[in-house]
Amino acid sequence: MLNVQIRKQFRSDGAQPFVLDINQSFAPGFTVLFGPSGAGKSTLLDCIAGLQQPDSGEIRLGEKLYFDAASKLSLPPQRRELAYVFQSLALFPHLSVEQNIRYGLSKLAVAEQTERTQRIANAFRIQNLLPRRPAELSGGEKQRVALARALVTRPRVLLLDEPLTGLDSALRRSILEDLRAWNDANRIPILYVTHNREEVDAIGERVVTLVNGRVHETGSPRVILDAPRSVELAHAAGFENILSAMVVEHRPADGVMRVSLDHAACEIEIPLGDAAPGTEVRVAIRAGDILVATEAPHFLSARNILPGTIESLETRGVMAALRVKAGTTFLVHVTPGAVRALDLSPGLLVWLVIKTHSCHLVR
Amino acid sequence: MNAEALLLSLRLAATVSILLLVVALPLAYGLAFSSWRGKFLLESIVALPLVLPPTVLGFYALVAMGPRGPLGKVWQSFFGYPLAFTFAGLVLASMLYSLPFAVQPLVASFESLDRRLLDASAVLGADRARTFFRIILPLAWPGVLTALVLSFAHTLGEFGVVLMVGGNLPGITRTVSIDIYDRVQALDYSAAHQTALLLLLVSFVVLSIVYGVNRRVWSPWPAK
Repeated sequence: MLNVQIRKQFRSDGAQPFVLDINQSFAPGFTVLFGPSGAGKSTLLDCIAGLQQPDSGEIRLGEKLYFDAASKLSLPPQRRELAYVFQSLALFPHLSVEQNIRYGLSKLAVAEQTERTQRIANAFRIQNLLPRRPAELSGGEKQRVALARALVTRPRVLLLDEPLTGLDSALRRSILEDLRAWNDANRIPILYVTHNREEVDAIGERVVTLVNGRVHETGSPRVILDAPRSVELAHAAGFENILSAMVVEHRPADGVMRVSLDHAACEIEIPLGDAAPGTEVRVAIRAGDILVATEAPHFLSARNILPGTIESLETRGVMAALRVKAGTTFLVHVTPGAVRALDLSPGLLVWLVIKTHSCHLVR
Repeated sequence: MNAEALLLSLRLAATVSILLLVVALPLAYGLAFSSWRGKFLLESIVALPLVLPPTVLGFYALVAMGPRGPLGKVWQSFFGYPLAFTFAGLVLASMLYSLPFAVQPLVASFESLDRRLLDASAVLGADRARTFFRIILPLAWPGVLTALVLSFAHTLGEFGVVLMVGGNLPGITRTVSIDIYDRVQALDYSAAHQTALLLLLVSFVVLSIVYGVNRRVWSPWPAK
């Protein structure tokens, strides 16, 4: 168990200094650190690794004290026995892949170095890359090498700062599977920073969300990504529609409340929440959770059916993005097939259908 | 052409550039990586020889190295011979004079390194020395080469400091530039011209190497 209880303040020229204030335990296995950029995720990893010093607090791995402000103890990064894969990967450009992997093994006997290097190269399927220089590798190969270099040291904590950004999803899945297999065999705390929803879904045993230097929520990926409770997280979790709203009335018998969107431009029903009538709130809706109909729909369970006009239509690959003015402007994602089947085009009158439970109250 | 003077100059330049590298590496490491507040003072001391007239530098060097100067006294008691007007004295003064030409390229190349590489090395268990010799030095090699070559070229061409500290003793302290000066004084323009042209060519070649290396024309590994 990795226990982190630290505070670090950053001087800034702006009015409000940034404060990282964390009190969190990380159990063996994956913990995803999720949050908007600038939330302090990388700084937190740097503090755990000993590359930055917190102002106060304590970091310990089990019985091993990494950092203790009270006794002015800070173990240098060399002695923390952890591995850290940076966002930039930081492979040594002048060393071969093999030399990169062996770099962290210099204190071991040569035979042991060779044996471990071979084993990790097999596990991450990079045997044929060993003689190459990092500049001769593709993005995915570099990422595998960086992971292998980190894991070959048999760390007691693994810090991963967006190690798989920029990869296509098939490659990412295959690397994640290798990482998972490694985790099943080793069970150490793994802190995995990402912005990417797909990675969160693929790995997440636990998610810790960070906003403005503080832990905002902890829980399972489902709970946090599907019902974010703050606007920052809703943005980060990929909610395209974040609308300003005011609570109009509670209907406890129906389990809903009515809110008016965008200064009374229209009204919708959302699940009953703890905001009193008259309060200003925000409602987050995924663009992909909104249905489009070209005739007024009847006999539906969905409670929100809003007439509107298509303002613009843009096809991007496998998705078409519509802007629909229905009181306020909604962003709606449909497939190019749906655009053809319904003959959608700007100026067309449509009905937007939104399930009550697709509407999330955020602060 | 005075071969004796040329050989002396080459020997001086080679000695100075190698000894200077040994001094400049730790100095540049400190300047590039420490977060010490008084660093700017050290930086200005290192840069002083760039703006001081060589005569001023040479004058103070001479005073310090003289038989009653602090440096001269220590030297005399250790080695049994005085420092001023010797080759060793010339080396010391030249090192001072070329110090910024060795330190500044090193600082620049250290500072341009990706700090995450140094972080990665530390996390992988390497102490400072290992990080320095395995990561910093190989990656900063254009800076090292530039420092070597610039201090070599700068020492080869120095005049004022040599004259102040070394005087004009053939085979001991009479360098090429002083030889040229002597020839011009003696109105032997053709001899002066030969030596001057050689010095010009050497300087040009040396600077071409520096600029070529820094443009990565001859880089041994491809850019990232």
